[in-house]
Amino acid sequence: MFIRRISYWSTSALMYALLIGVSAFMLLPFIWMVSTSLKPADEIFTIPPIIISRHSSLTAYTYLQENYDILRITANTFIIALSATVLRLFFCALGGYGFAKFNFPGKGTLFAFLLGTMIIPYAVTMVPMFVIAREFKWIDTFLPLIIPGAASAFGIFFMRQYISSVSDEIMDAARIDGASEFAIFWRIILPIIAPGLTSLGLIFFMASWNDFMGPLIYLKSMEHFTLPLVIRSLTGPVGRTAFDVQMAASVISLIPLLIIFLIFQRRFLEGITAGAVKG
Amino acid sequence: MAENVEKKQVMLPFTGPRSRLWLGIYKSRWPYLFISPFFLLYAVFGVYPVLFSIYLSFTEWKGLGPIKFVAFKNFALLMKDQLFWLSMKNGVILFFLYVPVMTFLAIVLAVILNSRRIRGFRFFRTILFIPYIMNIAAAGFTFRLLLNQKYGLVNVLFATFNIPAIPWLESIWGARISLSLLVVWAWLGYNMVIMLAGLQTIPSDLTEAAMIDGASPIQAFFYITIPLLRPVILFSVILSTMGSFNLFGEIYNLYNGTAGPMNATLTPIVGIFQQAFANLRLGYASAMAYVYFMFIFILTILQFRYFGKTED
Repeated sequence: MFIRRISYWSTSALMYALLIGVSAFMLLPFIWMVSTSLKPADEIFTIPPIIISRHSSLTAYTYLQENYDILRITANTFIIALSATVLRLFFCALGGYGFAKFNFPGKGTLFAFLLGTMIIPYAVTMVPMFVIAREFKWIDTFLPLIIPGAASAFGIFFMRQYISSVSDEIMDAARIDGASEFAIFWRIILPIIAPGLTSLGLIFFMASWNDFMGPLIYLKSMEHFTLPLVIRSLTGPVGRTAFDVQMAASVISLIPLLIIFLIFQRRFLEGITAGAVKG
Repeated sequence: MAENVEKKQVMLPFTGPRSRLWLGIYKSRWPYLFISPFFLLYAVFGVYPVLFSIYLSFTEWKGLGPIKFVAFKNFALLMKDQLFWLSMKNGVILFFLYVPVMTFLAIVLAVILNSRRIRGFRFFRTILFIPYIMNIAAAGFTFRLLLNQKYGLVNVLFATFNIPAIPWLESIWGARISLSLLVVWAWLGYNMVIMLAGLQTIPSDLTEAAMIDGASPIQAFFYITIPLLRPVILFSVILSTMGSFNLFGEIYNLYNGTAGPMNATLTPIVGIFQQAFANLRLGYASAMAYVYFMFIFILTILQFRYFGKTED
């Protein structure tokens, strides 16, 4: 009995040790990022390292605003992420509804095609997409970061699963009352599937906010940059990078998402796991 | 509403079996309208690029001026292109460096969090997951700062234990390990959350019954939990496989626009990006993309065959 109790406690201790160890690894970069962003430049590389400087200030942040108009950059990132998310959500809900609640000729083939598009890697379409964007005069605008992504096979698949569980009776009742098909979608289906839309929307918003390769390919002038691109462009030649400024921009890029994530954590994790566990 | 639709159809001159198809399509105009945005957008931004890049892979093109048809020249060059094969090799190396460790750690952490003796489930889940939401530019440069050979926090901490400074970002294997650390940091929480969701579908009395019958917790873990989790593990491993060949932002930021020392972390996607947008060899980049696609496609099918087979 005694031995069993010892082994119980030592297993628990081991579990906590692993959890705390991994958590420390996860938190360290955040702590160092915030710490560096507040330090004066000459205290960034000191031995021993300084975590909270006595000379902490927001100099790096004001520098970012004065020289890079970081508020405008944040607004760019937000505008792109929000419009991409709203447009994509609308088309996903609409498409998911079409596939979940109707029967029509060619449905099976069209759905199989939709799923099949998911295996095509971005590498294959990357070059022609750039050529198309150039033809459309979309280079250095937000459009190539908003319009093509509005077609999301994953999102339609996700919404189809979600809408399948909505009962047909509500729709039939509305049809008898003379509601048009679009009105049924807009006034009845959309409110019911709001939780699913929130989950999916959070995933879309985060993907767009954090997108690195898209803006790198399409955006050329600083005033159109997004936050990840500005962080990248703050790198100077070897040994000349202003790490305090770069880390300040990193903190700015993280905070809005962090707030959104902490508020909607449950919905967000539901969205992340829905695809994995069912598939 | 339903009656209205019927009346309209009567007015249309549809007769015979062929017309019956058109009638079916007309009746279904609403669902077609609902699903059409995807297919219209995909025709322009999916189908056309896929076909256009097949064509480009048989040409030489700088992005401007005439497109020169060269038949299989790009593919012949590709077979001898050491950098391309290095990038494929790097994908395999990176896969073995972090996927087994990350997957195993994700399962173990999920099992620990799922067990009733741990307090602070939400707290730990949030902390482990948060790196996933940080954009890769911020994460990459933070790691660059932490892993600086002379002044980085990691080597400074190591020095207090008299461990000599490790060239994290300057040596070939250091670079690969640093990149793996960054990827594990960013994706461990995501994989753990998926495993947690998988675990919640396994009835907990199964492992409890096994332990009452005398199985140790470790036996229960390997003989009950892991086999039952297999579909979820398969999903996570397939995603990670594609991920390890597809690392781009991680490398671009951690190594400041290069592919690491001696191209130690050159992945196929970085190679394709460089050929397309730095060297302006759009035809060659398209050929690379297709060979890479075929490789990933076959690999995914093999993984399904190998891990996805059912018990019966």
